[in-house]
Amino acid sequence: MEALLQLEGIEKRFGDTEVLEGINLTVGKGEFITLLGSSGCGKTTTLRIIAGLEVPDGGRVYLSGKDVTNLAPDKRDVNMVFQNYALFPHMNVAENIAYSLRLKKVSKADIKTTVKDALDLVQLPGYESRMPNELSGGQRQRVAIARAVVNKPKILLLDEPLGALDLQLRRQMQKELKRLQTALGITFIYITHDQEEALDMSDRIALMRNGHFEQIASAEEIYNRPKTTYAAQFVGGANIIKGTVKYLKSENAVIEVSGGEIEAKTRGAQIKEGDRVTAAIRGENLEINPASETYSGLAATVTDKSFSGGMLRITARLADNTEITCHRQGIDCQYAAGDNVKLALKDAGAVLVDLEGGI
Amino acid sequence: MAKKRGISFSGIYLTLILIIMYVPIVLVVIFSFNESKISSLWGGFSLNWYGELFRDRSMFEALRNSVVLGLLSSFSAAVIGTLAATGLTRYKLKSGKVMEYFATLPIMIPEIIMGMVFLTFFSLLGLPFGMVTLVIAHTSFCIPYVFLMVKARLAGLDKSYVEAARDLGASELRAFYDITMPLAMPAIVSGMLLSFAMSFDDVIISVFVTGVNTNTLPMKIYSQIKTGVTPKTNALCALIFVVTIFLCALSMRISKKK
Repeated sequence: MEALLQLEGIEKRFGDTEVLEGINLTVGKGEFITLLGSSGCGKTTTLRIIAGLEVPDGGRVYLSGKDVTNLAPDKRDVNMVFQNYALFPHMNVAENIAYSLRLKKVSKADIKTTVKDALDLVQLPGYESRMPNELSGGQRQRVAIARAVVNKPKILLLDEPLGALDLQLRRQMQKELKRLQTALGITFIYITHDQEEALDMSDRIALMRNGHFEQIASAEEIYNRPKTTYAAQFVGGANIIKGTVKYLKSENAVIEVSGGEIEAKTRGAQIKEGDRVTAAIRGENLEINPASETYSGLAATVTDKSFSGGMLRITARLADNTEITCHRQGIDCQYAAGDNVKLALKDAGAVLVDLEGGI
Repeated sequence: MAKKRGISFSGIYLTLILIIMYVPIVLVVIFSFNESKISSLWGGFSLNWYGELFRDRSMFEALRNSVVLGLLSSFSAAVIGTLAATGLTRYKLKSGKVMEYFATLPIMIPEIIMGMVFLTFFSLLGLPFGMVTLVIAHTSFCIPYVFLMVKARLAGLDKSYVEAARDLGASELRAFYDITMPLAMPAIVSGMLLSFAMSFDDVIISVFVTGVNTNTLPMKIYSQIKTGVTPKTNALCALIFVVTIFLCALSMRISKKK
């Protein structure tokens, strides 16, 4: 994949706060990459540095191999969809969309057809003469996207563009953004704090935390093989168990934990017997069975049950008070709070996290 | 809401306030049509004083001076005040608070002191007293009105508008011209109208900085008090009043259009 954008050791401080601690990122042509993280993790600052609205205190930004670190935002082939859309309130929809073309001195006739095409693309035909305050949130969103793509930028930056929309509209717009990205073939750098949105839309996810990347990988990779405790918990809310390595068994390690033992993927890390390690287990990789001799698994006590989104979540506690949540489909459940159960791991669904070295 | 019949306290209060505020103005307008030479005695309807007013060259000269002075100083104040407000909003300067304080200081300083200061300053520079000194002095005390209004407007304006313009390819200057200025225009216009009004009725500072041959309207009216106010002055006030109402209505229309 051809590298379109490269961030090299980007640092940024606001006063005494270090917002970015020297981050590196390479984005390819036509890629849909999501910067995922909770608020204050530095994702918006990263985006603003790419756009040129913020100058980094250290590091370089390369666009198509050219150093653009100190280049003004109007000289970059990058456009942004702002979180609050930032549609110019004194211009109508057509004037908003045509703004960048007007600056480029495109002819009136060309502007008219381009604006019309852009409105067709975002499915708002005939909205040319509306004012921004006459539009709904979803419509403003579409106009903001049309305004940003009409210039055919190399990269489109989207700063939580769906944050202000209700759930139903969000899901619909997610599909549309994905469709747009495929249709336009433009690289999208997308910001969200919603891990479901990130998993659903992105080719790659860059998970951010306190000014650095925890993991940059495909959705599948980050979900199945999280690198750190934070990645495992932030994306998909995995269970975290601490234990001691009992022995190694080909690519797996057998770990002694409270209430039994589990087998987890070592992913090539250099560990040995007796090491303290942390494992991440997805809730759907756990099976819950009655506490009897017939079943193997970790001994636990059920503490809570909840049902939402067609999924039943049963929370159980190990002897050392580690809370484990198991997921399964449907609402039927024979267990109640206080029941003793055994938690069995399905098809080696545990991975070691927070390892030095390894992948 | 049910409509209450009869006299209410709030009704009386409102009527009283309106009477105190507007009856004197109405009286001036009425007495401008007074036949009698004495302002406070009604001697029948006449347009004589308006005729006299239009024949009085010196009065007209003063009015012209005041209008020119008001236009020049409010326009200069609008340019300087808007630039100052934009700069202080755009760049987070360490000296920003101090600069803001300095920019608004002229309204706080007593006019008599300002007048003295200008007089000394202009004589020191050797500037000839007249329209030029008047415009400089009036501009400087008008700047705070524009500055404060535009600053308030810009502070409430989302900075992402300008950022979006820059992102879409506008230079800093272009973004100011296309985005900041139109969005701040209602504040600039009302600051200008207020400046014009302040300049138009200023006596104290003008007395200090004017030359021998440059009389402004308020100075002219003020000097007439010594010789006695004739209904001619009433006629002039009535005319100015009509123009003021028109300008206020205009400024309200402008600020209503977002």
